[in-house]
This record gives sequence, C-alpha cells and structure tokens, in this order.
Amino acid sequence: MNDIVSPIPQTAHPTHGTETMELLSFRLGADEYCLDIMSVREIRGWSRPTPLPHSAPHLCGVINLRGTVLPVIDLAIRLGLPGVMGDLRNVFIVVCLGDVQTGLLVHSVSDILTVPRAELTPPPEVANYAEQKFVGALAVVDGRMIRMLNLLAILPDPTTEALA
Amino acid sequence: MPNNPLAEIRAGFFAECEELLETLHDSIAALNVEAPDADLINTIFRAVHSIKGGAAAFGYERLVDFAHRYEGVLGGLRTDHSLITESMRLMLMQASDALEDHVESARGATSPPTEGDSILAELQMQLGQVRDQHDQDDFFYQPVALDLSTLGVETAAWQVVFAPQGSLYSNGNEPLFLLRALRTLGATDICCLTEGLDSGLAEFDPMQPALSWRLSLPAEIVEADIREVFEFVDGLCVLTISRQPRPDPWIESATIEVIQPSPEANPAPSPRQKTDTIPIVRVDLERVDRLMNLVGELVINQAMLAQSVADAGIAPNSPVMTGLEAFTKLTREVQDSVMMIRAQPVKPLFLRMSRLVREAAISTGKQIQLITIGEATEVDKTVIERLTDPLTHMIRNAIDHGIEPPAMRLAAGKHACGTITLKAQHRSGRLMIELRDDGAGIDRAKVMRIAISRGLIAGDSPQNENEIDNLLFMPGFSTANSISPLSGRGVGLDVVRLAIHGLGGRVSIQSQPGEGTVFTISLPLTLAVLDGMIVRVADQTLVIPLSSILETAALEPNDVRAIGSGLSVLELRGGFLPLFDLGVELGFRAPIRHDDGGIVLLTRHEDESRSALIVDTIVEQRQVVIKGLHRNYGHIHGISAATILGNGQVALIVDPTDLLSRPPLPPSDMAIAG
Repeated sequence: MNDIVSPIPQTAHPTHGTETMELLSFRLGADEYCLDIMSVREIRGWSRPTPLPHSAPHLCGVINLRGTVLPVIDLAIRLGLPGVMGDLRNVFIVVCLGDVQTGLLVHSVSDILTVPRAELTPPPEVANYAEQKFVGALAVVDGRMIRMLNLLAILPDPTTEALA
Repeated sequence: MPNNPLAEIRAGFFAECEELLETLHDSIAALNVEAPDADLINTIFRAVHSIKGGAAAFGYERLVDFAHRYEGVLGGLRTDHSLITESMRLMLMQASDALEDHVESARGATSPPTEGDSILAELQMQLGQVRDQHDQDDFFYQPVALDLSTLGVETAAWQVVFAPQGSLYSNGNEPLFLLRALRTLGATDICCLTEGLDSGLAEFDPMQPALSWRLSLPAEIVEADIREVFEFVDGLCVLTISRQPRPDPWIESATIEVIQPSPEANPAPSPRQKTDTIPIVRVDLERVDRLMNLVGELVINQAMLAQSVADAGIAPNSPVMTGLEAFTKLTREVQDSVMMIRAQPVKPLFLRMSRLVREAAISTGKQIQLITIGEATEVDKTVIERLTDPLTHMIRNAIDHGIEPPAMRLAAGKHACGTITLKAQHRSGRLMIELRDDGAGIDRAKVMRIAISRGLIAGDSPQNENEIDNLLFMPGFSTANSISPLSGRGVGLDVVRLAIHGLGGRVSIQSQPGEGTVFTISLPLTLAVLDGMIVRVADQTLVIPLSSILETAALEPNDVRAIGSGLSVLELRGGFLPLFDLGVELGFRAPIRHDDGGIVLLTRHEDESRSALIVDTIVEQRQVVIKGLHRNYGHIHGISAATILGNGQVALIVDPTDLLSRPPLPPSDMAIAG
C-alpha cells in the first residue's frame, strides 16, 4: 500500500472558508465511525448483493444502483472486525472517491455531526495496529470519541485488490 | 466537446478528410491501369482538392502545400491518361498515405512527415513536370488568409451579400461560422436581410432559408481571401462580392452569381452532390452512447415491468399483457436500431491495414499483396477502434515472420509475391476476422526450443501441435532472432491476445508448415447486449452466453466418470467431455455429489474444444444488457461482465472459456473456494 494521503482538509485552506466540517456517523457493531459527508452520495437500504467469485473477503459483491453495477464492501471486515454480513436492518452508504462509486455496508447510520476542523487530530502512531491506516483522524465530540475513516485506504484498488 | 465553434468546424473538417481519404484510397485501388476511367481520376483529383480547400481555410500550410503539389501531379494525369502505369498507381497510393499523415499531423499539431515529398518529386519527374519551384514557394504562403498588406489600389470597401440556399443547411453548414470567419477578416456592418420573411406566414416555406446577410470588408483584402471563406459552401449559396456600396442588392441581378464550381477545380458536379449518396448526419459519439445507455435502462425496466405484471397474476389475454407484449417487441426494435447506429463497416480498419502492408513490404523488401474480403461487414465502432492495434501487430508479425523473402518463396515453388488475406464475416452472432498468410508457417521445432530456453515450458513436457502454436501467445515469447523495425519491440502476441480478450473476443491460430498460418479472431458484434441463458447455481443467478452453449442435457449420474484428482468426465454419445461444476469453479460451493440430477450445458470454446458445465436449473433464455465490471475490479477469472435482471438483481455473465482455462489461483482464492 502506498502512502496514505491525509483526508483532513487543511484548516487554513483559503478556499475552504468554513471552520467546521460535517461528518456522517454510523455504527459497525458496537463502534461508531464517521466519514466526511462530502464523500457520501446517498444511503441505501440493504439488498442482497451478488457475490463475485474469487474475491477478497470484504467484497460483498455487487448491487444494482439504478442501472449501474455498484461494488459493495463489508466495511467491518475491511476494518478487521466481525463482518456485518447484512440483512434488511442494515444499510449501504454509497461513497464517491474520484469518479468511482462504492457501497459500504454498515450496521446503521446514526447521526450527522458538525465538528470544528481544529478538533480533528491525526491518530497516534501505534505499531502493528492494523486499523491504523484506515482511520484518518480522531475527535472528541460530546465526550464521545469519533473516528473519521480514510476512504482512500479503505476502497479497493483495482490493480492490487485481486491479490489482497 | 467544448463549446468552441471553431473547434467544431475543425473536427468537422477532419471527419470530412477521413471520408475523402477513404474515397481517395478506394479510387486509386479501383483504377485500372490499362483503361483508366476519367471519372475515377476526377474523383481522386476532387478528393485531394477538397482536402486542400478545407486545409487552407484553417491555415494548415504544410498540408495545403502538400495537397497542392499532389493535386498538380494529378492534374497532369488527368490531361494524359496514358501516363498512368502500375508503378505510378503504387506511388499515388504512397502519396495518399503521405497525405493522410499530413492530415494527421495537422490534426495533432505534430511535425509533418517528410517521406511524402520524395514520392511527389518522383511522381513529378515521371510525369515530366518541371515545376516552377518559385511558384510552389509562392503558394506556400498563400493560404495565410490574413495578409492584409496587399496592395490597395482600389479604395472602395468590399460589399458582400451572402444568401444561403436550402442545400447549404441540409449539408450541415452553419452561416454563423462563415460570418465569424469573415469577421476575423475584418468584416464590419454585418446586417441580416429579412426580405425573405416579408411575404408573411401564409407564404412562408420553413424548408427554404429566408435570411441573407450583407456586410462590408476592408478594401485592402484580396477577393480570393473572401472567396476562400466561402469555399466550403461553393455552389450552395448566392454570393455577391462587389466593390461599390450597394444599398439594396435584391433589386437587380446583374452581379448576383451563383458561384459555379470553377472548371479547374471541379470539372464534374460538385463533390457534395455525389451521385446516390445517402444523406448522412454527423453526430457526436457521446450522444449516441447516452442514447445507448438509456435504451439499456429501458430494456432493464421493461423486464422489471414484465416481471411485476407476471407476479401480479394478470390473465394472459388481458389488455395489459397484450400491451406489454407490444412494448417488449418495440423495446427490442428500439434497441436493435440504436445498435445499428453504432455499427460501422470494418472497411476503414482494413484500409489502414492495406497501407500497413504496403509500408511493411517496402521496409522488409518482400513482395506482398493484401486481399481483403468482407469490408462491408459491420460491427460496433468501439470494437473497430480497439481492434486496430492488435490487428496491426498481427499483420506485422505475418509479414515479418510469416512471409518469406521472394528468393526463398521461389525456391519453395511459390509465387514470389506473398499473399495476406484479411477476411471479415458474421458468424453465429459474432464477428470473425481471419488473417491468413501463405508464408512458411510456424516452425514448431524452433518454437519449442525457444519456449524451453525461456523456461515457459518444461523441457520434457510433450506438446501437441496446437499447444505448440499457442505458445506464441505466452507472455515474453518472441521468435525473432534479431529485433527488426517491424515487429519484435518486446511486445508479443500475448498483448494481442489480451487486447482481444478485453473486447470479449478470442484469437486462435492454425498453421501448416510451408503453407502458411491462419489467425482467427472472434469478436462480439456489440459490447452492449448479449443473448444469454440464465441459470441458477448454488443459489446464484448467472448468465451464460448463448453463443458458447452447444446443447443442454439432463445430468445422468451414471454417465459421470471420475478420472482422479477431483476431475471427472461426462460420457456422451460414446465420447468423453471434461465435466465441471459451475458453482465449484466459481468458488460458490464445495464439490458435491450430483446424484439428484441437475443439468449439464455443453459448451464450445474458441479452439473448438468442448466441455460440460453442471448447473442446477435453467431459468430462461433472453437478451441481457452488458454492464462492465473491469473498471472497478480488473479481470475477474471466469467472469466477463455483469447484467441487471428483471428483478433488479445483478447477475454475473460467465465466460466459460476463461473459466476453464485454469490459471494458477492466487492464495486468497483458495481460501474462499474452500
């Protein structure tokens, strides 16, 4: 895996006038994670994905998103947690990175949080922490710790994923 | 495409150039040296002239210069047909190739090729044309239409009245662009004349243009420059260019002239009024693609609707069902029509190849003729585009490795001139392209030697002829002893095979030592739809292309014979076929015993081998819309694409040949499969 670009927008970025950013928080098992809401396209109810043969374990398969074939990832498995596996209570968060759309299977979507950019801090360096590259930033909101995910690290890279 | 009108006209010009170049090549090819047809020579001449005219409008000096000199050569031929010889015809071909290069270089703003000049010079010499070098040099600068410093003897400003005729619009010209071009020349007082509308609505004919324009141009401009702007609409408008101010040009007709094609430029009817030409609309490919996608959605939606109507338990003869049937039929027709828009004849591709053969023949010193069959065969435009590279490579290969030098051919009792046959035809819903050479064939001993020395195969592994031939497709294989300028640039036939696989096609090879080699490429006609059989395996719905299914049969457990290491064969009518469980091959289930029946599909692969695939049930047979997967995943073993079924579920489209080709499985696959 190549260098991970930090997803935290520069606080002092002149074109990014706002001091705060909005995050979509969701649950994976007992944990709460969140994503920059700007990368979220839509939230979709669960539908049974069509599995792809010989694919990595976290790739649930593909679903029909209004006529296009959308790959979906079991986000929990991707993060090294017990898989969501999916049923009608779960949802897909459709995210967009560049021009590639991907569905992320999560247990449930919980909230939209507004967090001052200044409060987002990079996660501490912990050796051999498998999850580390996936978490782009941490913040404490109302006494809860928020983990903001780094989409770039999570989404499959078509060139390397076949061997993952 | 950006909203830049100039860029649009330019794109139009190049599209036109392509057509003209095609006409040019066709006409030269059709030229009979013994009895040259005056019409053909005129057509050739006009094609070059039109390219020159268009190029001048855009200021492509090098292109204009080359086309002008070429035109001069052709002019000489036109006056004296007896000058046309076979060698002359070849040179004309080469000059046309060079002209094509010039067009390309003008399009890509790259430096123009130089080799064409020598051909022209030679042609001129053969024709005994001692051209005035000075004349040519002069011409070189002439097309720069903005030379405003020319002598201004007359002081009165130009008055131009431009009245388009209906044919101007129907030929796709846009007066606005002309007016803009005039404005860059310095046109002022552009005034739109609306007299044509005065007669009122009752008389108004919407198919006839009612507007015309009057404008003034600075006196110092040369008349030829003004006329040049109108070169493209020659004969399609009434154009008056005069010196005196003319308050109302509509009253009299003294100076109104319909620009007649000048005898020098267009001896026959204007090139735009070619006989029996089918009217053609030029459409942005993007729009066609959008239409295509929408029709794809329509087909899916129609299937979903049909399914929900069926689920609702509506009586078969009710009006809803009848209406739905008509709707289904219409959808299918709409889809076919849209497909037809994208379908193009393979002719331009073949033309390109004939040029390649000519050039390669010269550079290798071999004598080669190319025979093309089935140029009118149509296939999706994308297929044609993406076929160019692999086909180029294969032809180079055939010339470099296949066809022997003339001396060797004569010694082998063959004609000195080698023949390459390129044949396209439709066969069972696919496009088959056959590339046949009558060269030496594959030297199998040498292939084996190289394959062993490169470690591609074990030294002692026995190989049958077909297997040896297929070694040519292995990555890193190249039989050329030395790197020749033609092929052998480190890319081998493996790249060809990859490219053709990418199109959903396959390539196979047959060779007879001493008699030649045949490559057969089989391609889908479209990348958008496919006739498939929908099957269920291990609770998954899959689509298998109908083209690869020979027959279906019930699986009789008694006919299955295990042959060890987990493999089994199916006994069928006295023969044995390798038997695979589709669910197991795709990793959807562990191997199971098939005591309770099931269904086998007999599949045929490109290399004519057969195998049997076990599926649980067959659902139906229908056309499905192909949705690509590769953009997100790269290649998935055994899967060519996906589709969306009537119930909204995504189903994968299986590629049986790829599935059973058994590459080494990466470790993670084993984990899933187990």
